[in-house]
Amino acid sequence: MKVRLERDVMADAVAWVARTLPSRPSQPILAAILIESSDTGTDEVVLSGFDKETSAQVHVAADVSEPGRVLVSGRLLAEIARALPAQPVELILHDRQLAVRCGRASFTLPTFNVEDYPRLPDMPDSSGTIPGAIFAEAVAQVALAAGRDDTLPVLTGVRLEVAGDSITLAATDRYRLAVREFNWSPQHPGIDTQALIPARVLADTAKALAGADEVHLALAQGGEGLLGISGHGRRTTTRLLDGEFPKYRSLLPTESVSTATLSTADLVEAVKRVALVAERNSPLRLSFNGGEVNLSAGTGDEARADEAVECTLDGESIDIAFNPQYLIDGLGAIDSPITHMSFTASSRPAVVTGMTEPGALSQTQYRYLLMPIRLAG
Amino acid sequence: MSRRSLAHLADQLGLGTDDTGCNIVHVDMDAFYASAELIDRPDLRGTPVIIGGGARGVVLSATYEARALGVHAAMPMARARRLAPDAVVITPDHDRYQQISREIMAIFASITPLLEPLSLDEAFLDVAGARRRLGTPTSIGQHIRQRVHAETSITCSVGVAATKFVAKLASTVAKPDGLLVVPRDQTLTFLHPLPVSAMWGVGDRTEDRLRNLGLNTIGDIAHTPTQTLTRALGVSAGPRLVDLAWGRDDRPVVADVPEKSISNEHTFERDVDDPKVIIRELLRLADHVAHRARTRGFAARTVAIKIRFADFTTLSRSRTLSVATDGGHEVFTVARELYEALGLQRVRIRLLGVRLEGLGPAGERADQLAFLDEATVDPLERRTAELAADAVRRRFGNAALRPARLIDPESAP
Repeated sequence: MKVRLERDVMADAVAWVARTLPSRPSQPILAAILIESSDTGTDEVVLSGFDKETSAQVHVAADVSEPGRVLVSGRLLAEIARALPAQPVELILHDRQLAVRCGRASFTLPTFNVEDYPRLPDMPDSSGTIPGAIFAEAVAQVALAAGRDDTLPVLTGVRLEVAGDSITLAATDRYRLAVREFNWSPQHPGIDTQALIPARVLADTAKALAGADEVHLALAQGGEGLLGISGHGRRTTTRLLDGEFPKYRSLLPTESVSTATLSTADLVEAVKRVALVAERNSPLRLSFNGGEVNLSAGTGDEARADEAVECTLDGESIDIAFNPQYLIDGLGAIDSPITHMSFTASSRPAVVTGMTEPGALSQTQYRYLLMPIRLAG
Repeated sequence: MSRRSLAHLADQLGLGTDDTGCNIVHVDMDAFYASAELIDRPDLRGTPVIIGGGARGVVLSATYEARALGVHAAMPMARARRLAPDAVVITPDHDRYQQISREIMAIFASITPLLEPLSLDEAFLDVAGARRRLGTPTSIGQHIRQRVHAETSITCSVGVAATKFVAKLASTVAKPDGLLVVPRDQTLTFLHPLPVSAMWGVGDRTEDRLRNLGLNTIGDIAHTPTQTLTRALGVSAGPRLVDLAWGRDDRPVVADVPEKSISNEHTFERDVDDPKVIIRELLRLADHVAHRARTRGFAARTVAIKIRFADFTTLSRSRTLSVATDGGHEVFTVARELYEALGLQRVRIRLLGVRLEGLGPAGERADQLAFLDEATVDPLERRTAELAADAVRRRFGNAALRPARLIDPESAP
């Protein structure tokens, strides 16, 4: 193999593939990147990675003088690609070693046996498309509520529900629940399907494809347990999670006894300040009363903090307490200048949504439900 | 080396009785569990008695009459029974031992607040501050021995020395029912003839390595270059042994060592693969560790389980919670989920353990409420119930009250 490609193109491509590689692979070969150029005429190089759960592949433009296939350590190639000077890069396979040459720098990398590398799963047919920016935003808003505890695998996933031209994403770690709805352009208007996608892979992939005009979602039919995401000449497949996602729709409150609207920036600042004394994520207390909400944390002999923030309360006064980090996560995710919070009771979930301006309707495409901390006495 | 030959050595050495600068007192109860049982069974005094239980349990303690027949702690019960066929075997009663231990520790605490318990029946005391009030370390040691015997009718042995390491060795040499002072300037005379196995931190494996180097006594270690020992035993153990061999041990007696974790383990009588039995045992262990945490005013951020399989392979799983807990039900829920997540298909289990880590002061009680909580009982009500159970157990013992699932239908009244 002998190919030549632009440094930035190569760095981006390698980063895309290396993103999904395991840091502690069950076999060393699963942490490798496969570089292929099938034909002299195509002017294209394909980079792939696959750890048997997740695959990533990217096609990039290159001058191919001699086609071939080579398998090298993904982590090392990614580090080298990032560090190369801004000049064209040459990849030359010689005597089972890959030479990487760029400007006056040159590396020689050992290779793995290509024959031992597992075949990447086929990309399922596209089920529809959505602009990359919207997809990235929606996934980021939801994935933050997913659990990180591998002993509860179902909760480490994002639930995807497709009904015609509407998609709902949901995730929960039992303490908060994030739900986002958005429209897309399905191939078949009657599509009706669900999947449970590993949250970390989905979040990384969506973020990396944020700049794509169109992202294709490909849901394998017939229970193959595979989701494909592609755009920008890049594709990822991931194995879906098994198990029953909790029936979250019944958790969404249908009414409330009080609602509060307040400036998101003011609230976030105040929460961060007061939470400084909330060690080990001890509770942050919020007391909504008339024209303000009083935030406090810390008790007894420990350090304590108090701060008041202006708010418009509609309904009864309410005292409620939260894990401060969970509240900050939600306020960051609504991505709007005005925060709308609704409550039913101190021991029932609060709903956080965003508003574009005071008095506007709360935007319900994104809802962040937060279970309170109940204080004794 | 047996105790008898150790005692013989001490006699030979003629250490003298000067206890100037010997402020560390180590007290160790003689055959504690066995002695505790003899309080209620005076008829068994002077006979071989073994404390241990279960078909394949191990010996926890034995009277000196049983030890004379070769029985020792940690020996498999079956072997002990063969060595001492006439011995009376008594099932351990840990509640009772804890109660006696509290009495003993209260006696120690009346001597000095600088008290460091090592286990139920063993403690270091720094008596430097008690000399004016109670006399020399030797007389304090005698005083402790008399009071412990008078109040519990159990004998103990006392070592008096300038350092913890030497004081502990001295009490071992003094056993049973004895007191040994190692004068500061006689420390090396006392230490150097002792076998390496007498040293703190020298187990079977280290002993083998030392013997392979031709090092049999503590004196041999003292005269070996530190580099040699570092190469053989590592950068931490090597230099430490050399220091100890020269009587250098600057560890102070530390009262109230902060606890890092609270754990309980259970070895099944027979290997178990029935999930119902396993989950019930997890409930019992969780209930127990949470009770201990509440008693000490701790709440834990992390709950861990330990499983040892029939083939002795062992694994641990843990989960860190968003809010610290001291609730038995919550600890059990996490322990059960950790167990269930392993997806064991009737694998035979030998031992189960539940451990609380990341301990901190319980402080303000707060429950992070969760969606999808199957619990039908209000967490606050459950907490009230657990606290009430604690009070009952304080008064009537640990067996007085427990979750209904743990009551053996056979033995229920």
